Amino acid sequence: MDSQLGLIEQSFNNRYTLWVHEALDELPDSFTITDPSISGHPIVFASRGFLKMSGFSRAEIIGRNGRMFQGPRTNRRTIMEIREAIREERPIEVNLLNYKKDGTPFWMLFKMSLVFGKEDGRATHFVAVQVPIVSRKHMRNSGMSYSEDGGGSRLREIVFGSCRREVCSDSLLDLDRVLALDSDDTGLEIEDSCEASDLEKRKAATAIDNILSVLTHYSQLTGRLVCGKRCSLPGMGFISSSLYISLGRIKQSFVLIDPHLPDMPMVYASDAFLKLTGYDRNEVVGQNCRFLNGVDTDTTVLYQIKESIRTEQACTVRILNYRKDKSSFWNLLHISPIRNASGKIAYFAAVHTEEGCRNQDRHGLSLEMRQLSAIGAIKVAVRSLSMGAGPSKS
Amino acid sequence: MGVHGHEVREPEPPVAFLDSLVLGEWEDRVQRGLFRYDVTACETRVIPGQYGFIAQLNEGRHLKKRPTEFRVDKVLQPFDGNKFNFTKVGQEEVLFQFEASEDGEVQFHPSAPIDVENSPSVVAINVSPIEYGHVLLIPRVLECLPQRIDRDSFLLALYMAAEAGNPYFRLGYNSLGAFATINHLHFQAYYMALPFPIEKAPTKKIISTGSGVKISELLNYPVRGLVFEGGNSLEDLSNTVSDACICLQENNIPYNVLIADCGKRIFLLPQCYAEKQALGEVSSELLDTQVNPAVWEISGHMVLKRKKDYEEASEENAWRLLAEVSLSEERYQEVNALIFEAIARGDDANGGVAESVIGEADAKPKSGGEVDAINKNSCPAMVSGTPECLVLQ
Repeated sequence: MDSQLGLIEQSFNNRYTLWVHEALDELPDSFTITDPSISGHPIVFASRGFLKMSGFSRAEIIGRNGRMFQGPRTNRRTIMEIREAIREERPIEVNLLNYKKDGTPFWMLFKMSLVFGKEDGRATHFVAVQVPIVSRKHMRNSGMSYSEDGGGSRLREIVFGSCRREVCSDSLLDLDRVLALDSDDTGLEIEDSCEASDLEKRKAATAIDNILSVLTHYSQLTGRLVCGKRCSLPGMGFISSSLYISLGRIKQSFVLIDPHLPDMPMVYASDAFLKLTGYDRNEVVGQNCRFLNGVDTDTTVLYQIKESIRTEQACTVRILNYRKDKSSFWNLLHISPIRNASGKIAYFAAVHTEEGCRNQDRHGLSLEMRQLSAIGAIKVAVRSLSMGAGPSKS
Repeated sequence: MGVHGHEVREPEPPVAFLDSLVLGEWEDRVQRGLFRYDVTACETRVIPGQYGFIAQLNEGRHLKKRPTEFRVDKVLQPFDGNKFNFTKVGQEEVLFQFEASEDGEVQFHPSAPIDVENSPSVVAINVSPIEYGHVLLIPRVLECLPQRIDRDSFLLALYMAAEAGNPYFRLGYNSLGAFATINHLHFQAYYMALPFPIEKAPTKKIISTGSGVKISELLNYPVRGLVFEGGNSLEDLSNTVSDACICLQENNIPYNVLIADCGKRIFLLPQCYAEKQALGEVSSELLDTQVNPAVWEISGHMVLKRKKDYEEASEENAWRLLAEVSLSEERYQEVNALIFEAIARGDDANGGVAESVIGEADAKPKSGGEVDAINKNSCPAMVSGTPECLVLQ
């Protein structure tokens, strides 16, 4: 997990000067920032306002995915809408039910926006603002009100939405959790749906603007500018953030090769590949795989690989490869063509397994099965993600 | 996993084991050449529009698909060992065995010789796939169950959806008369990393059952149907949907089921297209596309055999086809009444307390007397024995 934390730190350090953390901490709003290029699409920053609202500590949140705040009453269709907005790299604003650390459900306006690299047009981060929704009409619980002044009673921080006349009483299970907070409450109910007010929407919009201002400012100082809208079209070999997110779920060591670009470079390398070979991502992406070969690599095997690619066939070979530190290892290499939604080949995927390592994972999947499952997952991701009318995908 | 609750800081869980197993085994069969064609070489696109229907040009599938071998006007028909069934598939088409034991533990076994003793369920490839990973879940394959849902088999399907843990791996079911092609109990599943149009449709809650299952109706979608979510447990959700399906079966109403969102959202769609076809009520234009609206088509994934249809595919066309499939509003409300009554009976049997209905008055279940009258005119339930059956009213 250390490497994941390292990646998370880098998520900001690559783009912004260190002062960005303090500047973000000065904003009063509740918000989180996630990085789609890190496996698991984790939260890389959580504001003080968010920690206060949710009851979690920073350590409990950083590195985890936003779904940790969902629970049984969270509307599944809304979750799907958010997932699709992420996949299509577009902003979204929805009313969402989340859960605090103590299990209390609460309604909020969830507004998500993107941050793009100015030069390469890639989505670098997602910013999500959360504005709790306060009911003005039906505050059933005397003494409980949401105060903007903050501080003081814990009860004041607990907000329940009761915006509509029709209510549906929960099963006893939910009631117990909610009632645990204040034994005086009777008939506390959580709505099935809730609407944010105009004031709350304005709050969210202002918060997003403020965050983007901060991020833009601090990116100028590193020269790696960002902006709130995509300013340039992604170039050749572009991997969308949604493809990143999908590929990031695959734990095997693999790379994607783009056969349409000159010298057939690697356009994606998994974390496991970097760990296996000892390279950093920026050292390998954009390079042809030949750097893995060395003095004793069998050239007939290389020819076999070339032929398979030329004839668009899958192949499995055993090849001697070299790490960054020059040590060698036997690589059980499986290469397969990967087609996109047009039916034509978009990439070749190369999955690596170091010979001699643990033959079966704890569930009992054989080495071969794991390699093939990686290929399958890549095929699904590349095919599905190129079907839509979203941002252009190679 | 998750031993210490909140304190364990783990990133997104990696691809679940079942997910890897299905993908790996499927890819293995691809490389062994067991499929009739390469489905990833079939062009496919999302049709621009509000819902994003998905169209695929697949000329090979219909040419090589096994033809339907039974009458299409009866939802319940006895199993016929002479017709094609899944005991006749080659061993190499079976990917693995899959069982849920009584305490909810799920177990998988690679495709070794089938363990006859324990009435295994198997997952097999669909040799004419409509997408990558298209498989068939065949509950208790050796028992040769006909295509009809029962509580156990539906629960197995839900377990599979939950175990795969991938919202883009959905399961589907077609009853006889709703374009099932083989009268041997099976569910289908495949991967599509996009939302289905039906999943995007808004819903309106009708009722919450005593076991915590929320039932809503689909709004603004060409096919009328119900959505089941929640439940105090997976079993509660499963039983509620099963009871609804069983009710439809016993009333000779063909239907399709889509299990989505890792088993957390289930769509139930009664339909009448086959009846309309038989009565000559479908326009020739629609018939020419030769799209049989089964669960995937109704969900918004259209596999088209003619290039012309693929290129001209539009949301409007898709909508028009699916609207033909839907029950009329009137009939739909009648059917819902039957369903709610059956669910309430199931709930009572379990000691649950049905909650009050929220919503329109005509969504209320009819009185017991009327329901019985409808039942008397419908198809007798039992499969074994007499095949006599009245045609749908």
